Amino acid sequence: MKSAAAHPLLPEARLASTRDLVLLCGSLTLVVMPHATRAPWWLTLLTLCLYAWRIHYSMNAVPLPSRWLVLAVAAIAMLGVWVEYRTIFGRQPGIVLLMLFSGLKVLETRTHRDAAAAAFLAYFLIVTNFLYTQSISTALVMAVALLAITVTLIGFSAPSRAPRANLRTAALLLAHGVPAAAALFLLFPRVQGPLWGLPQDAYSARTGLSETMSPGEITRLALSDTIAFRAEFEGTPPASQVRYWRGPVLWDFDGRTWSAGAQSLGTFAPPDGGATYRYSVVLEPHNQSWLFALEVPASLPEDARYTADGIVLAAAPVRTRVRYEISSTVAPGGAPEKQPAQLARALRLPAGANPRTLGLAEELRLGSRSDDEILARAIAFLRRGRYVYTLEPPLMGQDSVDEFLFDFKVGFCEHFSSAFVFLMRAAGVPARVVTGYQGGELNPVDRIITVRQSDAHAWAEVHLRGRGWVRVDPTATAAPSRLDAGLARTVQRAEQPLLMRGDFEWLRSLRNQWEAAAHKWNVWVLGYNSERQRDLMTYVGLRSTDWRALVATLFTVLGILTVLLLAWSLRRVARPDPVQRAWRAFCLKLAARGVERSPSEGPRDYAERAARALPSARRAILRIGELYIGLRYGREHDPRGTKDLRRLVRELRVT
Amino acid sequence: MIGGLLERNPRLAQWIWGFKAPERGPIILVHRRVYILPTRLGWLFAATLLILLIGSINYALALGFALTFLLAGVGLAGMVHTARNLARIAVSTGRAEPVFAGESAQFRIYLDGRSDYDRPAILARHVGSGSQFVIDIPPQALAEVVLAVPAQRRGWLPLGRVLLETRFPLGLFRAWSYVEPDARCLVYPQPERTPLPPRLAEAAAGALRSQAAGNDDFSGLRTYQLSDSPRHVAWKAVARSDELLTKQFTGEAAAQLWLDWRLLPAAAGLEIRLSRLAGWVLAAERAGAFYGLRLPGIEIAPGRGDAHAGTCLQALALYELR
Repeated sequence: MKSAAAHPLLPEARLASTRDLVLLCGSLTLVVMPHATRAPWWLTLLTLCLYAWRIHYSMNAVPLPSRWLVLAVAAIAMLGVWVEYRTIFGRQPGIVLLMLFSGLKVLETRTHRDAAAAAFLAYFLIVTNFLYTQSISTALVMAVALLAITVTLIGFSAPSRAPRANLRTAALLLAHGVPAAAALFLLFPRVQGPLWGLPQDAYSARTGLSETMSPGEITRLALSDTIAFRAEFEGTPPASQVRYWRGPVLWDFDGRTWSAGAQSLGTFAPPDGGATYRYSVVLEPHNQSWLFALEVPASLPEDARYTADGIVLAAAPVRTRVRYEISSTVAPGGAPEKQPAQLARALRLPAGANPRTLGLAEELRLGSRSDDEILARAIAFLRRGRYVYTLEPPLMGQDSVDEFLFDFKVGFCEHFSSAFVFLMRAAGVPARVVTGYQGGELNPVDRIITVRQSDAHAWAEVHLRGRGWVRVDPTATAAPSRLDAGLARTVQRAEQPLLMRGDFEWLRSLRNQWEAAAHKWNVWVLGYNSERQRDLMTYVGLRSTDWRALVATLFTVLGILTVLLLAWSLRRVARPDPVQRAWRAFCLKLAARGVERSPSEGPRDYAERAARALPSARRAILRIGELYIGLRYGREHDPRGTKDLRRLVRELRVT
Repeated sequence: MIGGLLERNPRLAQWIWGFKAPERGPIILVHRRVYILPTRLGWLFAATLLILLIGSINYALALGFALTFLLAGVGLAGMVHTARNLARIAVSTGRAEPVFAGESAQFRIYLDGRSDYDRPAILARHVGSGSQFVIDIPPQALAEVVLAVPAQRRGWLPLGRVLLETRFPLGLFRAWSYVEPDARCLVYPQPERTPLPPRLAEAAAGALRSQAAGNDDFSGLRTYQLSDSPRHVAWKAVARSDELLTKQFTGEAAAQLWLDWRLLPAAAGLEIRLSRLAGWVLAAERAGAFYGLRLPGIEIAPGRGDAHAGTCLQALALYELR
């Protein structure tokens, strides 16, 4: 017989209550809020209004808006997205549309099935947040959102239950899910993505150095406290003054902008002599290929390439956080240029620019016997000039080098390096601009050096006969403390963001603690990959570490966890008291002799009937009945009676 | 088809359901009897997780993996919690009050949580009739469900199979179990709405008249019946003999009605005759008469009141049934 009655537990058959909708919209707001900083303001507002609209409908018990109205809102909003981005594909428009759909889905929600679909949509919104940031704080906010969604889902299944009880159940569920989640996280075979082509804008808006340097570019970086990379040394790291993290080398100058131009790969030859440091770097994605290393690299990471001008390149642009091991030799002797054509390139200058500098160069060259002497006199010239190092240099015109050297005498490292290389080239000494990072802050908590965009720096390298390329830092001649204490103590305080200033020691120590945690997070959680997975498997002593071994281990662990969970759910909650157990044993014994207690029979009647039926044990049976009634229904509790009852039942022999 | 097969092969049914129906006493839903499968929502959840996983791989999102795996863990925990919500419940039944054929039998089912946690949203559904109810069992307590099962024929109506189901907490899984408690409800024949036949009606009216007039004509003592008025109990006699006795008066003894099977035409058929007799019982009771019932092989001595009517109706309900 099939019944026609609707199944009352089917989500399709249950209408979402106001409470359900408020919880649902609250959870969705939690996951949508972080997007508000990136999405167009009107779309965030519209989405929140759609949530509020639906709750309003529910509270006032009016019928939902017609399908046509919802479609019209959707169409207008999508048009708006198109106007905003000129496309509705790609990452950012896609996320924005997802937000919008969450609002539309909520608006058309009638039953728990719709509401559950909207809750699942919230999971996707959580993941889209991770496309932008995976910091600890984001993870915490999203964990709260996950809890809220779980409470919402439980609310659908148990509409009449108190929200507090649902919260407790949700917390319990999440806690029970964590071990399995940890096992999956550690053991699920990690595949190196991407599986398909990513949208064009997937990696836009990354800060960092570029292949060109125009006035003001590094200054802009200097104001950002975004982390570029972190380095962890084996043993003591080198002093701050010699920590030059080499990045792109710029050869070509058009009067205003330096650029790297064509690059050619070179053969890597480790330098001889000097102190060698081994260290690992966790590099933030910067969408370029170069890997930063202290000059001069003594060994390269796996798969890395090496250019003729000494830059370490990754096999592909760095689009996810990468970790590499490398070693470097500090205090080098310099490497001679192997390609003579490059020396000619290192002398090229734009025609007719900066006449006053050309004059100065002529002067330096004429009074010198060697390139070394030209270099020494140029440095002396800078030192004498009382140049000021500032984050806010004045705007310079066509002959920027002239204006910097002779008129303003105020500038940032890019001005110093640019002017210096120009001067050296004009005086006939091959020179090039090197950009990268200088220094970095040593965190006393975990001994890790954090290098930020504000540590971006530009310096010069000149080619001296017999010695090869030699580093010269013209900024150091003007503001020597730049190298000792970093930017923070060199330039005026008001120009810098609050947390980076040096004047609050406790703030600084708080930041150190936080960053040590963030580094651990980056390395162990965000940086967990197939390589680390192999390490883990080796560490726990598994011989084979391929994906089959991983899957087998994973299923074993998951199986054990499920059994543990089942054991938890099976555990005896309330054992009946000893009196009750003894009575039950008594009834079983008599039932085995054919005197079964009927459900409605009281203990006195049963005992009397049994005594009549089994006269051989008459006395014991009657005594047991009496004891049981006294213990179970009597006023005082007598432990001796319980003992007696149990003994009597145990010793009862019926034949 | 499968239902029919199981009906013909009780041993197969017993093997499949894991118990021998009907079961006596409280039935405990041990884990072996609780079945669990994902719901449609559960499959949708699984599909969501798959998409999240692919996205996490594609964008190499460590926290995407973390979210996906945490949700998978929560799903797994949800499965165990769903089974736990149903497992170890003790099902027992209460007395179902007799009903007339054509009415609904009200079966009382008690679900004892036997746990220190609550068990929300448990559906109890009578498989045969589709009568259903969703209840919450509080911690350390039991909940009562009343399932209304249509009673179509006179006789004993067994409760039959009852489905217990839950989707709590996440709705991703559905745990269910079947029980067939040994509960039955007595169904009286459908009473025909009929007055007493003229001869009996006159007698009843006479009895009432004489009752009104002749209450004082004491004629003797008889054993107490539940329906007797306490004013008629012979308290002096009680003090002497330990037995409750009722004083009988002349009018009553004379005006006994006999609702007799033979008063009805044999051509009417068994069920119709029983229906008519049931109708007479009700009419006689309404009239306040003192009546007895005669069926072939059965005679119920005259009496009055609900208990007496119940005895008569039960005899009618079970007449010629095994």
